[in-house]
Amino acid sequence: MAEFLQFAFSGLTVGAVYALVALGFTLIYNASGVVNFAQGEFVMLGGMSTVFLALAGMPLPFAAVVAVVVAVAIGLVLHRFAIEPARGAGPVTLIMITIGASIFLRGAAQIVFDKRFHSLPPLFGADPIHFGGAAILPQSLVVLAGAAVIVTLLWAVIDRTLLGKAVIATAANRLAARLVGINTRRIVDFSFAVSAAIGAIAGILVTPITLTSYDVGTLLALKGFAGAMLGGMGSAFGAVVGGLLLGLLEAFSAGYISSNYKDAVAFLVILAVLFMMPQGLLGRAQVERV
Amino acid sequence: MARNHIVAAIGIGASILFAASHQASAQIKIGAVLSVTGPASFLGDPEKKTLEMYVDAINAKGGVNGQKLELVIYDDGGDANNARTFATRLVEEDKIAAMVGGTSTGATLAMIPVFEEAQIPFISLAGAVQIIEPVRKWVFKTPHTDRMACEKIFADLKHRNLTTIAIISGTDAFGKSMRDQCVAVAPKYGISIAHEETYGPRDSDMTPQLTNIKNGAGVQAVVNTGFGRGPAIVTRNYRQLGITVPLYQSHGVASKQFIDLAGAAAEGVRLPAAALLVAEKLPNGDPQKPVVVNYSREYQQKTGQAVSTFGGHAYDGLMILTQAMQRAKSADKAQVRDEIEKTKGYIGTAGIVNMSPTDHLGLTLSAFRMLEIKNGDWTLLPDAGS
Repeated sequence: MAEFLQFAFSGLTVGAVYALVALGFTLIYNASGVVNFAQGEFVMLGGMSTVFLALAGMPLPFAAVVAVVVAVAIGLVLHRFAIEPARGAGPVTLIMITIGASIFLRGAAQIVFDKRFHSLPPLFGADPIHFGGAAILPQSLVVLAGAAVIVTLLWAVIDRTLLGKAVIATAANRLAARLVGINTRRIVDFSFAVSAAIGAIAGILVTPITLTSYDVGTLLALKGFAGAMLGGMGSAFGAVVGGLLLGLLEAFSAGYISSNYKDAVAFLVILAVLFMMPQGLLGRAQVERV
Repeated sequence: MARNHIVAAIGIGASILFAASHQASAQIKIGAVLSVTGPASFLGDPEKKTLEMYVDAINAKGGVNGQKLELVIYDDGGDANNARTFATRLVEEDKIAAMVGGTSTGATLAMIPVFEEAQIPFISLAGAVQIIEPVRKWVFKTPHTDRMACEKIFADLKHRNLTTIAIISGTDAFGKSMRDQCVAVAPKYGISIAHEETYGPRDSDMTPQLTNIKNGAGVQAVVNTGFGRGPAIVTRNYRQLGITVPLYQSHGVASKQFIDLAGAAAEGVRLPAAALLVAEKLPNGDPQKPVVVNYSREYQQKTGQAVSTFGGHAYDGLMILTQAMQRAKSADKAQVRDEIEKTKGYIGTAGIVNMSPTDHLGLTLSAFRMLEIKNGDWTLLPDAGS
């Protein structure tokens, strides 16, 4: 039982980060149809900017806020100067653009920051909490709580505000949304900004546990994308479920089966799910209207 | 691609134009292919700085045998394919007299055939034992091997009467190679490996693996082979789970950064490392002390960065090469090769080098020092022998 709890908490912590990255994927995909592979770079930017602003003498909470602002600004620039001008292009071209942007951001981070690993001090110390025989870092709970708050806030905005309705409308049919007077470009801007902010916050929260460096984004983008696919591309709730599930799968297969094959096991399960339910666990089936 | 062709064309044109002047200037060309950028840049960057620094210093003193050194450095970006292309260019276009560098084992192995065929002395800066085993006529290396690191750790375990261990290794080239070497030499030291776990080089949580090790019966110590971020997370997770048996890390984490990243969790961790890391802490009678103290002071002064063992390997490579040239009284490739092989009693940053026709590394286990992390700093442990 103790090891089960230990594995579960390990999986949930890592999964929460995958979930937030997957959520970023989903938001941008919904608003613009773009699969943004630069999503992992926002996580890197959040962590690395905070580390370097703090090193420059800025108080930590302030540094964290500025880091989120930096990530949001870069998200907006990415949309306005890379995605928007190529709006008429096909999905493959758009994916290429985001991969290019991700390589560019990584390269720039290597120069602007450095190539080393960095950490941040945890919010509530590094002494583990013992619970049912498992040892849990307080920061893991912070990550989980942070993810819960972000998901709730996002749900409230999307579901309960006019802005949220506009996002849903843009996602459903861009042309129709424009016809009823929604500034769809602003809405896509908004989705890029929110995705960047979510990524950056995830990066800041998780850095005390997982450390950060200029190249942490690549793997996170891949895992977040897998989580989003597993949950169903386009479903925000699915993204969260998919991300958490992926984290749990990895932890349990590392613990119970073999650490050699943990990534293989996780991806096998994803393959199996997608074979059986091509639209993902919670995705809507794609209906082509003729 | 088109641009590369143009650059190549300019390069060829330039080399034809200046071929005559090259002959006239009578410089000794030393080639280097280093991973200055890319994932191994933390190795290649200090190597490049070190080579540039000391080639300048040697030239300021009049060069070698009255000839100035000219350094030709290419950056392979951590890609072994690039390394091989640059190696060919160094041989055919730059016409180098000798080669220092090959940052990674992969790059080195890719370049060996080129230099063997061209019969150019090649001193590699990479770790794996495969570079010098079997012995190749033109290939040498300066860093300790991962097998030596395993042997040093096992000697220390034997000294403490700990014989049943668990190994947790990274699945990157370094972690895997060292794990294989450790498994191979374990019986020689009477060590039995009761449990094995792995993690990916980019994994961010190793508590599931460590939970299994914690529950493994009879494990008396844990050895982690890997470098970069993995070992720092393993160390943190190790303390998080409250595992009490001793933890050994490899020479791959022998930098101050590891202590910074692992924080308080690093207390009590032991690892083998080169003397360079504890330069100022070495006892005064230590023959390596003047060399390592000088190198680390000069490097820090020049670059403003903390010294790393990797730059030290480049220093050793350049010094072994230039001293061989001095003994040969020429830069003739065959003569220099013979003299490198005759290197005896060279005191470098990695240890005291005694090469022979059967040993193109020339270091013994005494080159490694056993360190323990105490109060956030390295402490030197007494030698447990071999």
